Amino acid sequence: MKATVLVRPKPGILDPQGEAVGSALGHLGFEVHDARIGKVIDLELEAADEATAKAEVEQMCERLLANPLIESYEVEIVG
Amino acid sequence: MASPQPRIGVVTYPGSQDDRDALWALAALDAEAVAVWHEERELPDLDAIVLPGGFSYGDYLRCGAIAGFSPATEAVHEFAEAGGLVLGICNGFQILCETGLLPGVLLRNESLRFVCRDVPLIVERDDLPLTTRCTAGRRLVLPVKHGDGRYLPPPDLDPAQVVLRYVDNPNGSVGGIAGVCNAAGNVMGLMPHPEHAVDPLLGSDDGALLLASLVDAAREQVLAAI
Repeated sequence: MKATVLVRPKPGILDPQGEAVGSALGHLGFEVHDARIGKVIDLELEAADEATAKAEVEQMCERLLANPLIESYEVEIVG
Repeated sequence: MASPQPRIGVVTYPGSQDDRDALWALAALDAEAVAVWHEERELPDLDAIVLPGGFSYGDYLRCGAIAGFSPATEAVHEFAEAGGLVLGICNGFQILCETGLLPGVLLRNESLRFVCRDVPLIVERDDLPLTTRCTAGRRLVLPVKHGDGRYLPPPDLDPAQVVLRYVDNPNGSVGGIAGVCNAAGNVMGLMPHPEHAVDPLLGSDDGALLLASLVDAAREQVLAAI
């Protein structure tokens, strides 16, 4: 089974990387009001069904893949 | 009776860089410095533990996140929970935050630039195992060298847990916080490097005040056990 995890900086957490990219986009002539940078983690795992896989990946997020103090996460099971 | 020599372990992870300097500095300050390999689940008999600076596991995912699951770190966790003295320097501080032994997290410097220079600091507390040789309000000069040193405390951080503050914030840390301790005071972490400042030839020997305080506290552990 395949899963995709999206990890994002939580609202209110200063993201200087996002700010730098946002301002570079501005220099290129794009009108960008805000840019925030997160991560994508693609996983392949063994699981009986989608619900079990989702629960397991959420555990991975809680324990390692995201730091709950600064990051939120979303888990998508892609079958 | 000669005063006993405390045994202080320094953990080496893949990617640690300042482990040898920490071992050297502790030995120069009259501790028996013991190298501990990250795969060791059983620690030798130690009176204090230092997690050194560097880039454990390449800083992959988040700084200190992967080292948090090393066998030696699990043993350090148990050591700390039993009241043992633990000091994290730079990457070691990041590891202690990631494992939950210290509050908060260290993020990319606000400037996005690696900072490497001597910085002035103010000691906030002089009653901790790391600061007994200082007085509160004392100014220290120590080197920092990090790209991810912006400290973000949890919303409920007790201000009494702040050990050191920057005079001129080099990385955007909230409140200029450079070092914190846990509620009990036996686990401490800081971004500046006391082990690189133990001799005037290195530009400053203020780091010796902090590390010698730790050696004193470790020696008291030995005396208490006799």
